[in-house]
Amino acid sequence: MVASDPILLRAEDVACRRGGRTVFTGVSLTVRPGAALLVTGPNGVGKSSLLKLLAGTLRAEAGTIQRPERVAYLGHDNALKPMLTVSENLLFWAGLAAPSRAEAEERLRAAVRAVGILPLWDVPARLLSSGQKRRTALARVLASGAQLWLLDEPTVGLDVASVERLGPVFAEHRAQGGMIVATSHTPLPLETVETLMLGAAAQGARP
Amino acid sequence: MTAGVDGGIGTLVRRELQLVWAERSGGAIALIFFVIVASLFPFAVGPEPQVLARIAAGIVWVSALLACLLSLERLFQPDAEDGTLEQLVVSGQSLEAVAIAKMITHWLTTALPLVLLTPVTAAMLGAPFEVWGTLLLGLLLGTPALSSIGAVAAALTVGVRRGGVLISLLVLPLAVPTLIFGVGVADPLAGGSALKWLGVTTLLALAVGPFAAAAGLRVAME
Repeated sequence: MVASDPILLRAEDVACRRGGRTVFTGVSLTVRPGAALLVTGPNGVGKSSLLKLLAGTLRAEAGTIQRPERVAYLGHDNALKPMLTVSENLLFWAGLAAPSRAEAEERLRAAVRAVGILPLWDVPARLLSSGQKRRTALARVLASGAQLWLLDEPTVGLDVASVERLGPVFAEHRAQGGMIVATSHTPLPLETVETLMLGAAAQGARP
Repeated sequence: MTAGVDGGIGTLVRRELQLVWAERSGGAIALIFFVIVASLFPFAVGPEPQVLARIAAGIVWVSALLACLLSLERLFQPDAEDGTLEQLVVSGQSLEAVAIAKMITHWLTTALPLVLLTPVTAAMLGAPFEVWGTLLLGLLLGTPALSSIGAVAAALTVGVRRGGVLISLLVLPLAVPTLIFGVGVADPLAGGSALKWLGVTTLLALAVGPFAAAAGLRVAME
């Protein structure tokens, strides 16, 4: 989490194949501590697949990926259990990530406050609106303490105020040497962000 | 792998039990199903006490096997659909550990209640009191294999629509050795050697199951 750390995210000449179909080939990227990368491109070009490769839930068909030890991933699905409360949902994930229970709870409280869902602490996830669910999932990422955040459409369902709240959150994460790779079809509150354009015309584009 | 204070199979099992409790998705339905299936046999083969007493162990085993199938379809499906499986992998949990946790949870919440209810079913069928002990012993030793085989089948059918039927087709043939030796344990003539073979089949299922289930989950996540 220190800026001088040589730990970074690097993908070289990565290819992705899913269901017998080549999604993309020859994608390379480098994200240094404190940097952010926005992956863009039309629907179906493989933005989500690229994030899954970087997260390690998909295997790359070719190429190498070097990633920091601790990664947090926000996919399309929020991984919330409807019958558990917001806190029950989040404490499980925080416990998997934090070195002590006190640390897990402290991180989680800060994260929940940052995305503005503290009043929902004891509410079952099934009663949340889609935007509230998304913010809960974002709180999981915030509380993970991971250096690298992989955010697939993080603002889906969020109102304007909630999107604006993310600005300082992203900035603080990067100030501490954190890295962000995101996909989005709506503007994200990220400053000095590099862009990786996926698609036929821009295959292998380097940021 | 995990850097957290929690992690590993113990944490995952606790979480699974918390979910079963919150969702009330425990073995109640399997228990009722178990008793109903067992009570169908007297209607089918007739109420002669001698006949029923002789086949009681077989009835209990077949009923338990069928009841164990009920909760398998939802073993991995919700986690695969809501992104939980991906998050577990990103958090550094191995899919083998996830599979073992699911097997333990399935055994604790579905198989164990069936075993505990067995004396009721055995009494209902008029099984001789002497075989109750061996019947229970056989079920205790054999049902972990059913949970393991069931988890493999459930993992292989994640993402398959109406996978429940497919799970039954996969599990039932693989459960035949467990069924044979499990019923054999309750047979006063064959008890000893059947017990050893039941142990062997269960150990085999427990040794292979987690890896096979994890491989199935890996394919499902592609």
